[in-house]
Amino acid sequence: MESALIIEKFLLITIVLVVSLVVAMYMTLVERRFAAFFQDRLGPNRAGPFGILQPLADGVKLFTKEEILPENANKLLFIMGPSLAMFTATISSAVIPWGRDLVFGDKVISLQVADINVGLLYIFGVVSLGVYGMMVGGWASNNKYSLLGTIRAASQSISYEIAMGMAIIALLMVTGTLSMRGIVDGQGSTLYGLKGTEGLGWNVFYQPVAFLIYLICMFAECNRTPFDLPECESELVAGYHTEHSSMKLGFYLFAEYINMFVSSAVISALFFGGYNFPGQEALANAGVASYWITLIGVGAFFCKIAFFLFFFVWVRWTIPRFRYDQLMRLGWNMLVPLAIANIGITGVVMYLTGHIN
Amino acid sequence: MESLTNRKKVLEQKPMTFAERMYLPAILSGLTITLKHFFKKKATIRYPEVKREYSTNFRGIHSLKRDEEGRERCTACGLCALSCPAEAITMIAAERKPGEEGLYREEKYAATYEINMLRCIFCGFCEEACPKEAIYLDGDIPPASFDRENFVYGKDKLVEPIHKK
Repeated sequence: MESALIIEKFLLITIVLVVSLVVAMYMTLVERRFAAFFQDRLGPNRAGPFGILQPLADGVKLFTKEEILPENANKLLFIMGPSLAMFTATISSAVIPWGRDLVFGDKVISLQVADINVGLLYIFGVVSLGVYGMMVGGWASNNKYSLLGTIRAASQSISYEIAMGMAIIALLMVTGTLSMRGIVDGQGSTLYGLKGTEGLGWNVFYQPVAFLIYLICMFAECNRTPFDLPECESELVAGYHTEHSSMKLGFYLFAEYINMFVSSAVISALFFGGYNFPGQEALANAGVASYWITLIGVGAFFCKIAFFLFFFVWVRWTIPRFRYDQLMRLGWNMLVPLAIANIGITGVVMYLTGHIN
Repeated sequence: MESLTNRKKVLEQKPMTFAERMYLPAILSGLTITLKHFFKKKATIRYPEVKREYSTNFRGIHSLKRDEEGRERCTACGLCALSCPAEAITMIAAERKPGEEGLYREEKYAATYEINMLRCIFCGFCEEACPKEAIYLDGDIPPASFDRENFVYGKDKLVEPIHKK
């Protein structure tokens, strides 16, 4: 591999990593401020204008707190837990296409760290690895509540991954590819062949049920309300990270926010057209330079991500937490059959409309 | 049995309809409710910069008044201390010396006058008891402090500044 490509990829990886870390950092503030807005309060607004220095203050606080290693904890695994959570959270953004290729003259820069043809499978693999961070950390802390939270986290993740995968199969039948870039590029066409809808052929209009199932499972995978049973404060004293203190706790919380960012990016790419935006054809025909269209596309992608991040917060302060049996019933008795039915119906419709034969 | 007022409301528990069991319409209406609150005017007051308006009969820190010529009105009669249910007021009386007519209105005045703000319950009885209209609870809330001594307010803090008249 030529060194220019290595440097280019290295820069891109750094940018993606920094962006996801900064977004996660500021999500903590946005979460708290928006939570306040939803409750007719103001939220933290003292550190800097509008409280924008609050994440720094939180970081300093977490770093300077006392590190407590429980005496009977498995020391190695106890430290490995948060590291694993952070690691798996950050690597899943590798296959997300952030934009079209940037073209400057004859120089082409890909805005995707790795365009592998099983990109979607990679994301699923990494997301299911994410539960190990919680399992290892919770089990190693030698605490009953942590263990309960861990078991809840593991069984919840496994249950909802099935429905998630089933929902994605129906999507794959429509797109016909597992590559993230292929899926996103496929959504740049017209919606149902209607005129004037270029760049709006988003999968959410073709697979609304799959989108709904995926959305619900996404909340469950990120351990967000209404599926935040692994860390429910009122029952489990914060669940799997009860014993974790200082920055180890910070890593767990941080990993959750990075996961939110990445899954928002994934759902935007899979169902909401990624970097496609209405009017991109018109801009290209009007002779606007292609890198401008690419940059607008990146902006559109980030707007979609921002909406889903907002949606995470919005739902958190709207829907109360499920009871555990309700959670399991929703996962196994409703979502899985619904997803399977969706696959069948998609197949029948595709056969009738002549997409497959 | 027949109810007397007919105001009793009988609740029927019907089995949920399909739309209700789907749970999604309920979630949507919940989301709209929370979104409405998102844009509502916030109830919070940014305290040190913005202060809530006191009512007209709010009772805050006491102030010892002066008369039109800037002389202290208090004559150290002790009625305020006597009427104080929390026993927050202490004072030592002194006799006015010749030449001090510009400072004190009566022949007797309070040499020290202390109110313990930790004891005071801001009932306003001292204000009612005062025959000389010398004490009023027209100030602010006593500011916080780390030391108990700082809550014993002497004449330096209580007597209203002379430039007021």
